Amino acid sequence: MKPPRFAYYSPRTLPELLEVLEETGDEAVVLAGGQSLLPMLNLRLATPSHVIDLGRVPGLDSIASPNGSVEVGAMVTHRRMETDPIVAAVAPLAQRAAGYVGYLAIRNRGTVGGSVAHADPAAEWPIVLLALDGNVGLASSRGWRNVAAEDFFESVYTTARRPDEVVTSLRFSSRFAHSWGFSEFQRRTGDFATVAVAVACVVESGEVAEARVAIAGVADRPLRCREAESALTAGSASAAIDAAEAARDCIDPVSDIHGSSSFRKRLVYAETLRAVRQALTVNEAGIGDG
Amino acid sequence: MAEISLIVNGEPAIAQVDPRTLLSDFLRDDLGLTGTHVGCEHGYCGACTVLVDGASARSCLMLAIQADARSVETVESLSANGAGLHPIQQAFKDCHGLQCGFCTPGLLMSVVELAATNPGCGRDEIREHLSGNVCRCTGYHHIVDAVERALNGAPGRADES
Repeated sequence: MKPPRFAYYSPRTLPELLEVLEETGDEAVVLAGGQSLLPMLNLRLATPSHVIDLGRVPGLDSIASPNGSVEVGAMVTHRRMETDPIVAAVAPLAQRAAGYVGYLAIRNRGTVGGSVAHADPAAEWPIVLLALDGNVGLASSRGWRNVAAEDFFESVYTTARRPDEVVTSLRFSSRFAHSWGFSEFQRRTGDFATVAVAVACVVESGEVAEARVAIAGVADRPLRCREAESALTAGSASAAIDAAEAARDCIDPVSDIHGSSSFRKRLVYAETLRAVRQALTVNEAGIGDG
Repeated sequence: MAEISLIVNGEPAIAQVDPRTLLSDFLRDDLGLTGTHVGCEHGYCGACTVLVDGASARSCLMLAIQADARSVETVESLSANGAGLHPIQQAFKDCHGLQCGFCTPGLLMSVVELAATNPGCGRDEIREHLSGNVCRCTGYHHIVDAVERALNGAPGRADES
């Protein structure tokens, strides 16, 4: 129950970080907030020979709102996302989702970049990224690139990040700031989601012009359900129920100790319905009805 | 080994640590501050909760080296130098908010944070806030009483005896 031996690096600049990553590559793990990595080290589920700590690298903890989006540094904590006024104004869905991550002591330390790089299929940030047309900023000594959320999450704990790359930022669109919903079922407050659903819409003249429905906890990665999105933009009087049924029917979850496949399908129906109803009643100030 | 320099309970501490040393083990083994309890060692139970720069953190989910240049407060800070019990500790005593006491240091530090950030909260918020601290004895009821009493002076039900 103690971490294995490893060589520890604490780079003080981004170029120094990228250089260490290039040298250590596959052998290294990146330490952000440590709220997933430290348990894995303690349990010896991870036995890296090198640990590279982002904690002293400047410039990875800013929150800014450039043209139509919010850009969040990888080292921004869940707690800051929960309390930051820019996030609340421009990406209120992200603010709401942040409060569902772990317990306060976890949110104080854990980071958004660490969460998406870890890519737990039941985590909140991946579906928020999917719902808000997000992308992930990556840096390496070869340069910078942005990967759309849909291309970033590949499988359980597996992403498009290459071994010499580090997640530097997340970008969320602010187009959905006025119509969004988030609903999650946890066995116990602070547990990972059994199922979580994020919904984001653009409403024009009372019609749903665009919709995103993203689901966590039902597959090896976060999923977007286009059938549910189409149900929302179709504009029928029963759009919410149609979307919930579509979401339920587009997934094929496995059974595990947290819930059977059929239980998860029922949960997806219920949580999608809640999130959609919330999205369609969110007022112009961007505040959900709960 | 690497040198770290930090503030623990208001006092400077300088030490050589192995990078893999957990903050919880550093506090207990190197500094002798055994009030911080180690329960599950993977972030589930909350017994090792301390404050780092004023915010709660699992000391088993932090390397000691990550606490370099930070300020750490442990349960020992609540009743330093033989002073009487901290009001939160007194409330736990009065309300029977502990039995075996293993989880208590982590709970106390979580409540210190709650008192600083949301002192006017009610029982539901207290339960929500304490969701990351597992107690296997009390059933939580008297803990919530104690926290309510500590935050509001009342109406948490005190032990009659």
